[in-house]
Amino acid sequence: MLEIALHHRHTGFTLDIGLRAPDGVTALFGPSGAGKTTVVNAVAGLLRPERGRIAVNGEVLLDTEAGIFLPPHARRVGYVFQDARLFPHLSVKSNLLYGRRFASSRKDGSEIDRIVEMLGLGALLERRPASLSGGEKSRVALGRAILSNPRMLLMDEPLAALDAARKAEILPYFERLRDEFQLPILYVSHAPAEVARLATTVALIEAGHLRGIGPAREILSDPSLAPALGMREAGAVISGRVVAQEEDGLARIETAGGEVLLPYPSGQPGQALRLRIHAGDVTLSVPRPAGLSALNILPVVIKQIRPADGPSVYLRLALGGEHLLARLTTRSVSALGLTEGRMCHAIIKAMSVASEDVG
Amino acid sequence: MSWLSPSDWQAVALSLKVAGWATALSLPPGVFMAYALARWRFPGRGLVNGVVHLPLILPPVVTGYLLLIGFAPNGVIGGVLAKLGITLAFTWRGAALAAAVMAFPLMVRAIRLAIEAVDPKLEEAAATLGASRLWVFATITLPLIVPGILAGAITAFAKAMGEFGATITFVSNIPGQTQTLPLAIYSQLQVPGGEASAARLAAVSVTLALGALLASEWLARRIAARIAGGNG
Repeated sequence: MLEIALHHRHTGFTLDIGLRAPDGVTALFGPSGAGKTTVVNAVAGLLRPERGRIAVNGEVLLDTEAGIFLPPHARRVGYVFQDARLFPHLSVKSNLLYGRRFASSRKDGSEIDRIVEMLGLGALLERRPASLSGGEKSRVALGRAILSNPRMLLMDEPLAALDAARKAEILPYFERLRDEFQLPILYVSHAPAEVARLATTVALIEAGHLRGIGPAREILSDPSLAPALGMREAGAVISGRVVAQEEDGLARIETAGGEVLLPYPSGQPGQALRLRIHAGDVTLSVPRPAGLSALNILPVVIKQIRPADGPSVYLRLALGGEHLLARLTTRSVSALGLTEGRMCHAIIKAMSVASEDVG
Repeated sequence: MSWLSPSDWQAVALSLKVAGWATALSLPPGVFMAYALARWRFPGRGLVNGVVHLPLILPPVVTGYLLLIGFAPNGVIGGVLAKLGITLAFTWRGAALAAAVMAFPLMVRAIRLAIEAVDPKLEEAAATLGASRLWVFATITLPLIVPGILAGAITAFAKAMGEFGATITFVSNIPGQTQTLPLAIYSQLQVPGGEASAARLAAVSVTLALGALLASEWLARRIAARIAGGNG
């Protein structure tokens, strides 16, 4: 459990946020300049807020009312910075082990080997940071933070400096990290694809204030929050399981609302996946359509209709026990007579789902 | 270098001793002062900065005079030191003090530039990994500023080797005691027939200065390459 209450002003910007996040990955999500990094820096102790209280699993790191301010080195929070911040004069190995000498309980040799292997760092140990690629630097920074034996991890857009290919290379490491270490993780991002892949809880931050917090699925499929996610980026996340890998490169994936076919060439049967479906990629039809090229037609129930910017609305659709989000024009909604509670069919073109949205 | 007379040798040896001690003893306070000026914001910072740099712009004679007032056996600090049995005025130790004071701003400047070039974000990162301020300094800042410290030390050493005005004012020009290289050259030029000796000493002076400069360049480049280098 992570408790954060902060009030801080600086140069015309006011941050006023209170949130409680359960264990797992909590994504601080929102546009640039919303105050996400300020929150993370306050948790790390790199920033001293005017007022606030921060506690991790009941241990108080900051309480301005009680006069408690733990200095950064006493907080035991592993911080993975956007720019990696590896120590240039130390080898990869020395970078990885830097925090170890300060840790009260150290990870033993086999634990170190496991992390080195998990992050694929074995071949890099003797190298200097200057000779590493961007993706390699990110992995070393991640390993360095974990090996300092922290009580929680902070990640400030750790993938933002990487191109799409490197991101795709690193994301699985983050997923393994999330699944194998039971550490609370505070993850800052303004990339919905990352948030959808990694987050258990999403806290949506806008202009220094919390707009909403909840399980990732709830927040990402909430039509009233969708405009804040960004017109092009809004989209819900559903979970799926690979049933079979088809010969044409499509994967047959079982979801709460039925099977779908999506491009995912490397799926193993039984593998659990998260699927992010962009709101703009969902088409609705009241009768079940026939003779359509789109491969995926799923029965859904309209739960909520909320106006968006301009001529469009967001619709939250119940799909089994999960939700999809669709963005349609107001004109279509009234032409089809779509209302809350109405049953209809969601149509998703397999090819409209990008590979980064499946994983 | 048998072409140097014993008294020439004496001056060279004394200069090396004076400059060596001046550099060695001012290094720790120099690093501290450079760090304070580069990284701390405290009231009176501008004044401290000014005082450190004062010897650079003050006429050396004035610096020597102020040292004399302060460190003479009847001076404020000199009196205290005299009780401890330490005499500075008119001794080689005084020459070292004068050289150190004159070289201090150059040393602080070089080291401060190096500290300002260290990304504070690296120090923050070290702190989040559990390193206290002192550890951060010892394991991150210090190794990264070694080239700057070296450059500062060499510059200070060269300056100390060449110090003239404050030295002659504070500790006078006593052969074997306080007569360093520049003072010896000056003295030789004052006596008839001393030109040859002065020229030899000047040649030594140039050689030492150039040697120090080249050595420091080479070392600094090697260290910088080690710090940034890809092959360890």
